[in-house]
Amino acid sequence: MSHLENLVLKIWRQNGPGDAGRFQSYRIDRISDEASFLEMLDVLNEKLIGEGLEAITFDHDCREGICGTCSLMIDGRAHGPQKGTATCQLHMRMFKSGDTIVVEPWRATAFPIIKDLMVDRSAFDRIIESGGFITASTGGAPEANLTPVPKPVADAAMDAAECIGCGACVAACPNGAANLFAAAKVSHLNLLPQGQAERWSRVQAMVESMDDYFGSCTNHGECEAACPKEISIDFIALMHSDYLKAKIKDRKLISQQ
Amino acid sequence: MAQAVQSRPPVTGSAVTPRKRRKFFLLDLYSTAVGKKYAMAISGIMLIGFVLAHMIGNLKMFLGAEDFNHYGEFLRELLVPILPRTVALWLMRFGLIAAVGVHIHAAYGLTILNHQARSVKYQGPRDYQVANFASRTMRWSGIIVFLFLFWHLADLTWGWWNAVGNDGTFVRGDVYGNVVRSFERVPVSVLYIVANIALGFHLFHGVWSLFQSMGWNNPRFKAWRRYIAVGIATMIVVGNVSFPLAVLAGIVGE
Amino acid sequence: MATARTVKKAPAKKAPAKKAVARPAAPPRARAKPLDAKIPKGPITDKWDNYKADMKLINPNNKRKFKVIVVGSGLAGASAAASLAELGYDVDVFTFHDSPRRAHSIAAQGGINAAKNYRGDGDSVHRLFYDTIKGGDFRAREANVYRLAQTSVNIIDQMVAQGVPFAREYGGLLDTRSFGGSQLQRTFYARGQTGQQLLLGAYQQLARQIGLGTVKLWNRSELVDVVTIDGRCAGIVTRDLVTGAVQSHAAHATVLATGGYGNVFFLSTNAMQCNVTAGWRAHRKGAFFANPCYTQIHPTCIPQSDDTQSKLTLMSESLRNDGRVWVPLKAGDERPAAQIPEAERDYYLERMYPSFGNLAPRDIASRAAKRAVDSGRGVGPLKNGVNLDFAAAIARLGKDVVKERYGNLFDMYQRITGEDPYATPMRMYPASHYTMGGLWVDYELMTTIPGLYAAGEVNFSDHGANRLGASALMQGLADGYFVLPQTIGNYLAPMLNKPIPGVEHPEFRAAEEEAAQRFQGYLNIGGTRSPDWFHRELGKIIWNDCGMARDKAGLQRALSELPALYDEFKTDLRVTGDGASVNQTLEKAGRVDDFFQLGMLMCRDALERRESCGGHFRTEYQDAEGEAQRDDANFAHVAAWEFTGDPMKSTRHKEELEFETIHLAKRSYK
Repeated sequence: MSHLENLVLKIWRQNGPGDAGRFQSYRIDRISDEASFLEMLDVLNEKLIGEGLEAITFDHDCREGICGTCSLMIDGRAHGPQKGTATCQLHMRMFKSGDTIVVEPWRATAFPIIKDLMVDRSAFDRIIESGGFITASTGGAPEANLTPVPKPVADAAMDAAECIGCGACVAACPNGAANLFAAAKVSHLNLLPQGQAERWSRVQAMVESMDDYFGSCTNHGECEAACPKEISIDFIALMHSDYLKAKIKDRKLISQQ
Repeated sequence: MAQAVQSRPPVTGSAVTPRKRRKFFLLDLYSTAVGKKYAMAISGIMLIGFVLAHMIGNLKMFLGAEDFNHYGEFLRELLVPILPRTVALWLMRFGLIAAVGVHIHAAYGLTILNHQARSVKYQGPRDYQVANFASRTMRWSGIIVFLFLFWHLADLTWGWWNAVGNDGTFVRGDVYGNVVRSFERVPVSVLYIVANIALGFHLFHGVWSLFQSMGWNNPRFKAWRRYIAVGIATMIVVGNVSFPLAVLAGIVGE
Repeated sequence: MATARTVKKAPAKKAPAKKAVARPAAPPRARAKPLDAKIPKGPITDKWDNYKADMKLINPNNKRKFKVIVVGSGLAGASAAASLAELGYDVDVFTFHDSPRRAHSIAAQGGINAAKNYRGDGDSVHRLFYDTIKGGDFRAREANVYRLAQTSVNIIDQMVAQGVPFAREYGGLLDTRSFGGSQLQRTFYARGQTGQQLLLGAYQQLARQIGLGTVKLWNRSELVDVVTIDGRCAGIVTRDLVTGAVQSHAAHATVLATGGYGNVFFLSTNAMQCNVTAGWRAHRKGAFFANPCYTQIHPTCIPQSDDTQSKLTLMSESLRNDGRVWVPLKAGDERPAAQIPEAERDYYLERMYPSFGNLAPRDIASRAAKRAVDSGRGVGPLKNGVNLDFAAAIARLGKDVVKERYGNLFDMYQRITGEDPYATPMRMYPASHYTMGGLWVDYELMTTIPGLYAAGEVNFSDHGANRLGASALMQGLADGYFVLPQTIGNYLAPMLNKPIPGVEHPEFRAAEEEAAQRFQGYLNIGGTRSPDWFHRELGKIIWNDCGMARDKAGLQRALSELPALYDEFKTDLRVTGDGASVNQTLEKAGRVDDFFQLGMLMCRDALERRESCGGHFRTEYQDAEGEAQRDDANFAHVAAWEFTGDPMKSTRHKEELEFETIHLAKRSYK
């Protein structure tokens, strides 16, 4: 076990949604390289409380990279410098002594800052509420093995379903678009046989709900690079393709009436 | 007692109100960001087709004045006698003008949307991972190409600026001569080359991007999408840049 | 203070003027015995059907007249809320997270058990029932466990229909694998993220109901008190974590689905915000707390690496399917694992438990690991772990197969430790993981407060003294989808069209006032130590004296140290910031306060239970081979504690466990 010394942290402090906010510098004299990034912030917060100052507010929970609560723009990268890793799984061994680390909240109009590094990501919930589900009320489900799901299909659906809803895709996107998040959920459900009944209405509802909050996809690919679950932008193509089909099918339905 | 007075309401019924839809489905489609991207992709395909055909047609320049001028005349004679002379050409021109209009309108709308989507920028420096120069400068390369397009028409179609600073004059129908007289001006050739490089960058990202926007990513050709983009961008830039260079080098001349 | 209260008319329809004198619809029910589990009549196979045949029903049009509060949005909470809303109830859901999808059910890795017998390997409802009772060391209620095994089958159907992408065979049918404590392959899984996928399934059903307007979601709101009026649960008081506003919510019935209290150890595999507050506040208002000493220590977690560590990370038990656990034969052997020859390794689980081998149940595997480390044979820089070795599996199956099965777990291990588990064995050590104890509930999942239900890990019900792997997800979903939505109607039906007290009732006002003052109190102490400091010190005491192995002296020591530390907490706490915006230090203070009180009760329960069973291991009660020794004559009961104002003076009640179907036997995995 070794240590890092003399780290300078430039952390965004903002008292509330109305406050302008500013970077504030903090110094960490010594920290174990086994510590996670958030544990380093814990240590800093303990120090701040010791000095009678208010601790830095940041979202975090499971610290296992699965709940998606943690966020943080670290040195200009969503979730920091390690690929495929959420902030809570980022360890100090990725940094070196003397580094200056800039920590900022996610920035998107759809993710207003609540305080310091904490943002409100409920716009994601609104997208799911609009159609990110299969309508299957409790009790009416058929026997599970009645509908076989080919393994490649189940695997592809699972690849998409791994999304943890952290918002790194939006944070990293130069346009503040949420296409990767929406596409992951659309693809997960639209690939499975169980999701076919609502396939077209789902993609329409979710894409249009996404439009209320987020920017547009211009295919930079930054979202995929920032995603802690490394979800592929292929799913975005799938969503785009399904949306177009949905619109055309919608037209057909109207014409049949 | 430091107590807050405000209380946040719960969330409920967020998907109850039906969305307002326009009557005509294309307008409805175009009203969403994803729909605008389809519009950009489809108009982009039309424009790529034009740029490719334009470049290939212009290669006739290397065969000499007679062939090249004959090609120009061929375009005007296209589909005669089914249609009167130049009508087919004008139809194509209208198609292209519409494509340019849609492309720019959609791009403008999306740019506004994207700026609104991040009204407060990152205050620290960003460290982009895969977004490249081409993808991040689409707006600028697009504007350069558009301005160039206007100049290009003024130079070689309308002839306003063809003869400026030179001894000859614009001769309608003498495509070959007009081109040569224009490119003999070194600054014009430089401008032409710079604009085509901008076009190359625009296509490098645009061609790849249109596959994503249209949702064309069949695994069988998925890996080829990037190569197709590189290939088209390279062909256009090499082909188009060869014209001023050929004129300046004297390979093409009167 | 008055400004803080939001005028929120919970059941707006029934808000007549004379609220304060409103008669409670259901008078507190007289209990024949202090603890009546209300187990239905009939043979065990028919009890659940008999219950459903006899229970009271509510007309669909009348269901919307009933307001039900669900606190917590994990597997149990989200599934209960969604199902209740589908049935037609007016549901309010509270979560302290930003989104219901963040609940800690999401972190479960390995899988979910179900008696589907898709493998044709002899599985059945009865066998799952038996395995669960035996796994729980014969300290669970038979009728509940049987119902759990019965509903397990429906859970898989339900989750598949909702689009959970379970692992599949090439033919498209569902794949299963084996798990600790069972010799069958009955565990369904979705890579190493089964909990995530199941939670997202339940969350999506909940999201659908929110979208439809049948559920109101209150996010970033934490329960700070439970309100009882005339002996029945009248609602809850919450604190808005964003604005600090304290607010009351009245309802016909309240469901707590707020998870376990494993974070009392400070270092545990639970998420940072997991807490006992909801359960504890209910306990303080009269809900009995059962078997708090039954805590599960999970055998495969990444060992602690330094003092700043904030939590421990669990590595799924499924790793023991292919990984082999060993330590060097000699104490103090410092050679790298690869240089230790086979003959000098001790594969102690395979040696001691030949028939179950590396898949011995969690409590047994944990204690074996502790013995190995205590004997000086631990591995790693701090000598605080045992090896979990995949070399044999990689040689047998190839790296690709191992990668497909466990790739994401291996990646996670590498990110945390910086070591490559394909090349060197993982290092593992037990850590607090799950708590079998919790609020006492009857067969209907109702606590001892009428109208207050507990579902999922927060109740004590189905796992006895030890939970088998892949059973927590099963219990959460069984409670939420299939049990609670049925049983709650039985309580609500007689309340139809009778007014319930609204939030203007003096009891609500008093509870609001008390909660607001409690939180202001933390801010006012102005001491020197942070809540985290106290939590860490509390955790050390509990881990050392009420952890994997307990004895009388240690528990008595803990019971003398805890009140002293708690007094210090009340006088030397420092919370910076204010109470009118997000203040995570303040949130933590409230949670640590409750953990202190629970810690005392836990140690008292451990002291009173003079036997070893499952996760509760008293070193005084072990056989010659160091295995747990139960005392069925004196302790085949549930200990349910009644709060009397001081956790050091709580009263212990008993619910005798009657085993009609299963013969009590020594629990052997040899």
